[in-house]
Amino acid sequence: MENVYLTIVLAPLLGAIVAGFFGGRIGRRGAHTVTIAGVAVSAALSLWVLAGFIWGDQAVFNGPVYTWMVSDGMHFEVGFLIDKLTALMMATVTFVSLMVHIYTIGYMADDEHNWPHGALSGRNSYQRFFSYISLFTFSMLMLVMSNNFMQLFFGWEAVGLVSYLLIGFWSTRESAIFANLKAFLVNRVGDFGFILGIAAVGMYFGSMDYAEVFSKAPEHAETQIDVFGGVSLMTLICILLFIGAMGKSAQVPLHVWLPDSMEGPTPISALIHAATMVTAGVFMVARMSPLYELSEAALSFVLIIGATTAFFMGLIGLVQNDIKRVVAYSTLSQLGYMVTALGASAYAAGIFHLMTHAFFKALLFLAAGSVIIAMHHKQDIGQMGGLRKYMPITWVTALLGSLALIGFPGFSGFFSKDAIIEAVGASHLFGSGYAWVLLTLGVFVTALYSFRMYFLVFHGKERMDEHTKHHLHETPWVVTLPLMLLAIPSVFIGWFTIEPLLVSDWFASGDWNPIQVAHAHDTLHHLREHWHGQAAFVQHGLTGLPFYLSMAGLALAAFVWWLLFARNPKLDEQIQAAGGPVTRVLQDKYGFDDFNQRVFAGGGRSLGRALWQKGDRALIDGAIVNGSARTVGRLALRARHLQTGYLYHYAIAMIVGLVGLMTIFVTF
Amino acid sequence: MNEFPLLTLTIWLPIIGGLVVLANGEKSRDIARWTALAFACVTFLVSLGLWIGFDASTAQMQFVERTPWIPTFNVEYFLGVDGISMPLIVLTTFITIFVVIAGWEVIAYKQNQYLAAFLIMEGVMVGVFSALDAVLFYVFWEAMLIPMFIIIGVWGGPNRVYATIKFFLYTFFGSVFMLIALIYMYFQSGSFSILDFQSLQLGMTAQILIFIAFLMAFAVKVPMFPVHTWLPDAHVEAPTGGSVILAAIMLKIGGYGFLRFSLPITPDASASLDWLIIALSLIAIVYIGFVALVQQDMKKLIAYSSIAHMGFVTLGFFVVFTILANPAVSSGSVMGIEGGMVQMISHGFISGALFLCVGVLYDRVHSREIADYGGVINTMPWFGAFMVYFAMANAGLPGTSGFVGEFMVILATFRADFWWSFLAATPLILAAAFTLWMVKRVVFGEVKNEKVAALADLDIRERINLGVLAAAVLALGLWPAPLMNVMHATVENLVAQVSVCKLPEAERGECLLARPESVAVAAP
Repeated sequence: MENVYLTIVLAPLLGAIVAGFFGGRIGRRGAHTVTIAGVAVSAALSLWVLAGFIWGDQAVFNGPVYTWMVSDGMHFEVGFLIDKLTALMMATVTFVSLMVHIYTIGYMADDEHNWPHGALSGRNSYQRFFSYISLFTFSMLMLVMSNNFMQLFFGWEAVGLVSYLLIGFWSTRESAIFANLKAFLVNRVGDFGFILGIAAVGMYFGSMDYAEVFSKAPEHAETQIDVFGGVSLMTLICILLFIGAMGKSAQVPLHVWLPDSMEGPTPISALIHAATMVTAGVFMVARMSPLYELSEAALSFVLIIGATTAFFMGLIGLVQNDIKRVVAYSTLSQLGYMVTALGASAYAAGIFHLMTHAFFKALLFLAAGSVIIAMHHKQDIGQMGGLRKYMPITWVTALLGSLALIGFPGFSGFFSKDAIIEAVGASHLFGSGYAWVLLTLGVFVTALYSFRMYFLVFHGKERMDEHTKHHLHETPWVVTLPLMLLAIPSVFIGWFTIEPLLVSDWFASGDWNPIQVAHAHDTLHHLREHWHGQAAFVQHGLTGLPFYLSMAGLALAAFVWWLLFARNPKLDEQIQAAGGPVTRVLQDKYGFDDFNQRVFAGGGRSLGRALWQKGDRALIDGAIVNGSARTVGRLALRARHLQTGYLYHYAIAMIVGLVGLMTIFVTF
Repeated sequence: MNEFPLLTLTIWLPIIGGLVVLANGEKSRDIARWTALAFACVTFLVSLGLWIGFDASTAQMQFVERTPWIPTFNVEYFLGVDGISMPLIVLTTFITIFVVIAGWEVIAYKQNQYLAAFLIMEGVMVGVFSALDAVLFYVFWEAMLIPMFIIIGVWGGPNRVYATIKFFLYTFFGSVFMLIALIYMYFQSGSFSILDFQSLQLGMTAQILIFIAFLMAFAVKVPMFPVHTWLPDAHVEAPTGGSVILAAIMLKIGGYGFLRFSLPITPDASASLDWLIIALSLIAIVYIGFVALVQQDMKKLIAYSSIAHMGFVTLGFFVVFTILANPAVSSGSVMGIEGGMVQMISHGFISGALFLCVGVLYDRVHSREIADYGGVINTMPWFGAFMVYFAMANAGLPGTSGFVGEFMVILATFRADFWWSFLAATPLILAAAFTLWMVKRVVFGEVKNEKVAALADLDIRERINLGVLAAAVLALGLWPAPLMNVMHATVENLVAQVSVCKLPEAERGECLLARPESVAVAAP
């Protein structure tokens, strides 16, 4: 079995190496063939492994591949832990990645136009792009398949690296290279906490291995450590690790990089910044559930951060006019839902939403990309409209994706989101009331911004310029095929998987259960106990508040941006203007960016300048080093005057000295 | 132990090579540089013999050569290596090859002397790492200054005289105190053998004085805050090769000194003054990180980054005592020292490569100012790829060697104190910020000016140079076990040594460490 897992990981890496180093030689066709082949192998095997877990008797695998190093008796290994949680992630990652690979053939076909004429950096950019997305797939698989904290951190940073490379892919654009630096640094702030968390694990458990750490965790449930006047060890570890997740999964206040990351090409927005990498934090917390269950304080923290992100980031989506940014804020908000689920100990629901979201959000991004291709890379939804006539496939799939996103009954998002809201409602942790209110209101907001975008893009009059309008047509099959393939799970996956994932304890295999929930925290028990099949769940949902709110949002969006907008094309701007200060706060994104720019970026530079000029230059070099040199020089100048060369000067000095010495000898 | 004098050969072969290159004169550049390259490569191959023949299971000195030198004072020609010095010797011979290649075209003025200086430098540095006699060590230690003084003073930039005098005085200032300490210990032990020094029983006052004397010498070399200001100046003025040697090898000699002298000779003083070193290390990591952020000169930026990274090394070496004194943790001290060691080797690759990268740009544009560049990747994609790669390694990306040492030191430091590790982890943000911000301004963006537009990409020689270093960085990052394995026995022995109180009976009350009785000091 180990060889299968190795193949799953290494096939995309091999593709990345070939396309990256020999891209010029094998050409575009060669590059996309080899990388797609690699990811396809990986996806097929991952699905096979998953199928083995579902229908067969696939055994949990936990073993090393090689020993990275041993130091001080601690083994650092590279190895795999393949259980149902991992298998589900592997299948999701590789499937979405495969779709994105295929889609990229169409999206990047005319990439040479994105580069300045003659720039060598634009040479073979198509091949390089494929190389990067395959490298990403490798990194992400290393992350989810890891059986230890060290390798987790490797994958964690490796996906960050590829994200950096891809956000700044069009490296001649100032906005892109600003965004990628920002993304990397903000993620590093998260990783700062993450590595300290790992160090704490290393200290108290003496191991990096998940299984060993989890089995020892209960022993440390009561351990206190002497930081901040004494906190529970588990709380410290979990919050530190979660800070890492806040960076990677873009939770407030470390969310600021994600909207800017939209500077990258759309396929990676779908793959990295919607479906997979940003969900790494959610996966990580779910994986660490045996630790999180030991700290209610950490869970509350997770719950509050998640709910805050879910609601307040959704609001910003209402005032965005860039098609990708709307989807990006929607992603932030949905990540908040997943994280809130984790905080409520509904890890399974978080992972469930992670999976459904991976499909429908990848779909929405790719649909947005399809629109962008048709619009000649214009992204302002104010300049779109009426596209459904020109791009029927994109239109229908985008509609399905949007319905899934707002949780339209029966669609995949409906199941996962309802389960989360219900679980949060059942939670008794500090902050769960707050979280429940925000998540519920968030449903309305989600429907509103999603369908505002939908109506502005696909309905109403065509508002683009004549030239663009003249060239509008549906995108090629390599683009639409992934849309259709993603639309299928976006609609159906929830219906088919809710029962195993949330109701029957599917994640457990034998005595190994990756998702452990303390009895007192079991917020999904209500769902489990009252389970009468999917149809009943849908029926029940139709009577719930979230359903009414989402329908209200949809209806309001349709009324405003479909009916009213048809009569008054300036309506959107008027509404925003009427919002006054509220709009401004939302457009300023609550001021996070300004604050960070001024305080952290600016402050860091000022501090550095002060330390350099005042510390290094003035104090150490100026006063001490060169100062002592100057002092010696000055003293020497003075001392020179003593050496006058006149005999009587020396004679008097001798006499004075002699008298002085004699006085001393006589008196003492 | 070994019949064949491998260490002598590794020391003297490059020195002889240097003399040969000198003797050949300036007439033919080709003869000079091919001879130099041949000597550098052969020396590297010879030094590989050390690695291959090394017995990793023992902490004993290996490849020992011992003959009387100045019998009157009991001075010996005494060489030997253990798991700490051997990797550093191989690093030295490895890096020298790149220095020779980097000076292939650009050094037009007295190239044979330039190359000779580096070969002689190589031999002397290997001598420093392998000398086990204090006088021999001191001779090599001071001899090292001469070639570097010449390299900066002759082939350096416009302000080279200031930089070279500053460099010389700074380091010389430090080492005088070390000489006094060495002579004192000679009077105590009647021998100049460093191994005898290590088993010398010393009172607390003597230990503290000796410790401070060594600290003066080593802190300047590392360099530690606040005696670091010679380094940025020296780097800025030094030619590319000089910077590479300075960063990759010479700084390591300070770190090596702590392990060879300070810790084993004065363990009790080290234990009672560890707070000082830790504080200075943490200041180096955080303070220098901010200073590096605002540098406008690429070489200065990398020089400051070196200081911050070397802070990890000294931190890793000196957290040992707190960890040993903490009854709650059973291990971690070995990890700290090993982490520091790995960090030294890794920093040798990465900083060497980064200085080579800056050299590549300087050779073409004759500017080190960040503001003079922008969008270099549009004309130099190969260069851009290497630069981003090494920048990431400098920022400690896992999978590169830059991660291994930092990770281990952070893990070890956490066992000593949460807040220390908190500060020690800041380079995760700071190093990424200053390195990648530089990359953003130099490599990415639109072509900034005609000079950038006219840049030619790396030639095959530069590509090989950076490519081999890139492979080394990756190999060490993906599989550090082979390097770790040669160090284990030596470092474990060192930890056992420092955990034994050396104070005489009367002062036993001052022993800070609870000594595990079971740990026996292996006789050197």
